[in-house]
Order: sequence, then C-alpha cells, then structure tokens
Amino acid sequence: MKGAAKTLQNDGAMRPILAPLLSPSMKSLAGRIGWTIVSVGLFVGIWEGLWYFGISDPKLLPPPHIFIANIPDQAKFFNTASRWEMGVKPGSGPTPLQAMIYTMLATLIRVIVGLVIAAALAISVGVMVRYYKLFENLTLPTITLLAPISPVAWLPVALFIFGIGNGPAIFMVVVALFFSMVLATIAHIDNVNRNFINVARTMGCTKWQTYTRVIIPAILPGLLMLMRMNLFGAWMAVLIAEATGVGYGLGQIIMLARNTFNPGLVFFTIGLIGIMAYLCDLALRMMQKKILYWIPENKAVLNGLK
Amino acid sequence: MASSNDTSLAVSCRNVGMVWAEGTPRAHEALCGIDLDVKPGEFVTLLGPSGCGKSTLLYLIAGLETATGGTLTAFGKKVTDPSPERSLIFQETSLFPWLSVWQNVTFGLWVNGRKARERREVAADALQRVGLYHAIDKRPDELSGGMRQRVAVARALAMRPKVLLMDEPFAALDVQTRAKMQDFLIDVWKDSSASILFVTHHIDEAVALSDRVAVFTARPGRIKTIVPVDLPRPRDLFSPEAEALRRHLTELLRDEVDRAFAEQEMMSAA
Ligand SMILES: Nc1ncnc2c1ncn2[C@@H]1O[C@H](COP(=O)(O)OP(=O)(O)OP(=O)(O)O)[C@@H](O)[C@H]1O
Ligand SMILES: [Mg+2]
Repeated sequence: MKGAAKTLQNDGAMRPILAPLLSPSMKSLAGRIGWTIVSVGLFVGIWEGLWYFGISDPKLLPPPHIFIANIPDQAKFFNTASRWEMGVKPGSGPTPLQAMIYTMLATLIRVIVGLVIAAALAISVGVMVRYYKLFENLTLPTITLLAPISPVAWLPVALFIFGIGNGPAIFMVVVALFFSMVLATIAHIDNVNRNFINVARTMGCTKWQTYTRVIIPAILPGLLMLMRMNLFGAWMAVLIAEATGVGYGLGQIIMLARNTFNPGLVFFTIGLIGIMAYLCDLALRMMQKKILYWIPENKAVLNGLK
Repeated sequence: MASSNDTSLAVSCRNVGMVWAEGTPRAHEALCGIDLDVKPGEFVTLLGPSGCGKSTLLYLIAGLETATGGTLTAFGKKVTDPSPERSLIFQETSLFPWLSVWQNVTFGLWVNGRKARERREVAADALQRVGLYHAIDKRPDELSGGMRQRVAVARALAMRPKVLLMDEPFAALDVQTRAKMQDFLIDVWKDSSASILFVTHHIDEAVALSDRVAVFTARPGRIKTIVPVDLPRPRDLFSPEAEALRRHLTELLRDEVDRAFAEQEMMSAA
C-alpha cells in the first residue's frame, strides 16, 4: 500500500530532469510499452526483411504488413463460424468485424472461465487434502494418477459429455489444469515456513484459523504465480478444443485456414491470440501486484546486477 | 528436589529426553536426562555448543514438540500443547510479511476475536515498550533485522506470557545493538514478572542477563552444571566478580566445545 511512496523516492533521485513531467509510475509504464514495441518491432523487422530480400516465400510466410493490412478481408473468414453458432440466416448475421470480435471474445471467455474454475477447484481440493487426512486418502492417489495425462486424451471425453459449444472447451481447460494445480497447491502448503505455523500454534490458533490466517496468505504468492503459469495451458486447451470442432472460436479459424491453405489467416489469428494472451497475463500481473502488496520487488535489484 | 507437579514452578523438567525421529533409522538423540526448574520471574540462560539441543529444549517447553522421555510441567500442569502463556521467540524471524507491524504484534488477540481498536491500543503499548512505536504501521520487510526481532518480542509480550522462551533472539545483531537490546530486555522483564528462558552463544550476554546459567554438554545434550550469577543489578560487567564468572563459564564451555569437536573427528575418521 505504501509501495507508491517508495518507488517515488527511488525514481525521483535517478532522473531529475524527467521527474517533474511524468509521475514515476507513468514513466515506468511508458518505458515498458516502449520496450514492448521495440521488442516486437525487432521480430517483425526480421520477418519483413526475410520477405524484402526474397529469402522467404510470401505465399507460405507472408510478412506482417500483408496479413495485417486488410483486416476486413481477414475478418470475413470469421463470419461463417459465428453465424453457424448463432443460428442466423446467411446474410443477416453480424458484420465481419463484429463476427471477429465475437469469435475473439468467445475464445477469451472460455479461457478465463476455464482458468478460474480450474484454479478454484484445484486450490480448494489441494487445501482440503491437507486439511482432512481422510480426504487425502480418498482423492490423492487418483489425482496423482490422472495428473500426467495429456489434455488431448480428454478431447473425446469432452465431446462425448458436452457435445459442442462452450462446455467442452471449458471442460478441456479444467481437465488440463486441475490435477497438476492440485499437486502444486499441496506442494506450496508443505513448503510454508515452519516457524509461521509454530507461531500460529503458540498464539492459540485453531486448525481452521491456522489455515485461513497463516497458510492461505503464505501460499497466496505461489498460487497467483501458478495461475499465471497455467494461463498459457488454458489457452492451449481452448485452442485444441476449438480446432477439433466444439464450434466457433479462434482455434476453429486456424483449422479453417489450414484446410483452405491460407497462411495469411493463420498468422493473423496467431497475432490475435498473442495479443490477447499478453493482455491476460498483464491483467493477472496487475492483480498479483495489487493482492501481494507485501512482496518486495526483487526485479529492480536483479536488473541492477552488474 | 521439588516434586514435578509443583505449581510454584514456572517450568519444571524432570529427566526430560528428546530423540528426534524416534524409531526410524534417522533417529537422533538431542537431549538426555534434563533436570531444570525455573521459578516465576526468574531469568535462566542456556549456554552450550552448537547443536547441543538448546532450541530443542525450548520447543519442548513451548509445547511445539513432545518430549520422548521424562516429565515436563509448567505451573504444575503437564505440557501437552502450545499455549500463549509460554511464548517462544524464534531463532529466525517469524513475522508474517503480509501483516503490518501492529497486526503482527496483536496476532494472538486477533485469533481471540478482539476488536481492531482494542488491538491497536495493545500494539501501541507493546511497541512503546520495545521502542518501536513509530513503526506501528510499517510492514516487516521495511524494518531492519534488529527491529524485526524487537517486534517479535513485542508480539510475545502482547500475549502477557508467564514464560518467555527466547532462542538466540539477538544473535544476528551487532555488539552495540545487542547491548541496547539487553538493557531493554531487562527493563521489559522487570515490569512483566515473566520468567525468561534465554538461549545464547555469548558468555557476555549470559553474565549480563541471567540469574542462573545452565551449561550444556554436547551429543546428547545434558546439563553439565548450573552456575548461579549473584551479581547485583544493574550489573557492572567490568567488575572482578563478573570477570571471574566469565572466565569460569568460558572454561566450562571450552571443554565441551573441544569434546564435541574431538567426537566429530572420531566419527569422521571411523
Ligand atoms: N526438526 C528436527 N528433526 C530432526 N533433528 C533435529 C530437528 N531439529 C534439531 N534436530 C537435531 O537435534 C540436535 C539439536 O538441535 P538444536 O537445534 O536443538 O541445537 P541448538 O543447541 O539449538 O544449536 P544452535 O546453537 O546451533 O542453534 C541437532 O543435532 C539437530 O540436528
Ligand atoms: Mg538453536
């Protein structure tokens, strides 16, 4: 909570010239955005260079300026999918651009809902495994058994149970993340500083209080990190589900592009996925910072190492 | 010797033994045949070579671990569980980083369901006593090591314990700060009427603080002798009596450390 004041002092001393113009947090944000642009620009530059000097075949590896240039053109591929799902007559559905946004939102919502359900379930189960010995005996062997199974193996199950639509995609995320997240939660609980638990015990905490007031806050940083690391898993699971026919979504567009041999559309969709995944991670990172106000920021120190 | 359920003794150990991981191949006898009585309001220091089981004994008295032999009572009652009456200040810092200083100090009251307003008053009082009132709203990671240990002391005091168990609380501090902390501890001790069991490696510290010093032998830990410190308080640490006592304790301890090292060498030779 006092973090803002701290950074203010640090940065103020470093750059006296810019200090009056921008607040330190805005400056650091501007810096981050700047470097993101440079980093992506470098990548795109190499790609464009390969095309410019004729090293890469534009039919197979079209450079970004070509497949991004014509968004409406790309967007019309999104139309069929959403019309199909929404059950509207051809020609009366949403405009291509609207359809594109629906498709993106559909995928995004599946990722978020799946991740939230998986995390909530896994964390509750993980805590309960440690809280109730009987629960551990009943569930942990099965969970450990199922953890290494690839989400792809669950795909038929998802389709059998949920048919098509949001159900199977969300199921895929949950099933892909749940088991390993349970095991990770348990590992985090087991790694809580023994002194913390002993303090709780000396202070007369009940088992419930020890969990709610000490163990949960102590594992919270680990759990949020776990969410972030599994965000990418969630994206993967949703794209796989969509690619194999649960209905419309970005995964389905990629499949469509593959079947119609349209590399431009593939890269365009990859670009959309990249941007959305990045924004998701950014949101989680901001949440992390907000919730974990007590974590000291090591990053600044690490960046300062010579 | 007083009977083991004497209610007039703050802590009473009778033939207490501790084997870590008993019954497994990793079993390790840390303590053996410990007899120690602590009267209410008494300051007893445990002095001994590293690894001789001083921390283990404090854990047993705190009720965090169960002795594998003998009987251990506090005010006549058998110690079975941890209790706020016997507060342990740990060797390493143990403040909760997600709570502010005052929330840490009154964690025990929070557990009892006391109102925030009342808790803050208690925290203010306890922090005043350790000279950290100005840090009441800070977070632990904004404090220095010595300040953190003082907050830990304040947290223990806020529970009004009858027995304060301190495991090398000032070990990480520099000599000047440690001297200050010792003065402050004596002040706190005088107006709290708690018994203190204090672990240290420093003979100076033992002489400055304690009513009695229990010197431990190594592997397994036993009490070799209990040395009374009959120096008037406030203490003149440069008096000939203090000097003589320091020499005496140094010799007792050196024998033990030598023995511990010789044993380790024998074990590594075998
Ligand atoms: N949790 C534990 N499990 C198993 N063995 C332990 C445990 N804690 C301590 N021991 C063993 O018990 C012995 C005594 O340890 P203890 O921590 O009580 O020593 P100490 O006197 O406090 O040493 P120091 O002065 O270095 O802190 C050591 O040999 C140690 O290896
Ligand atoms: Mg110790």
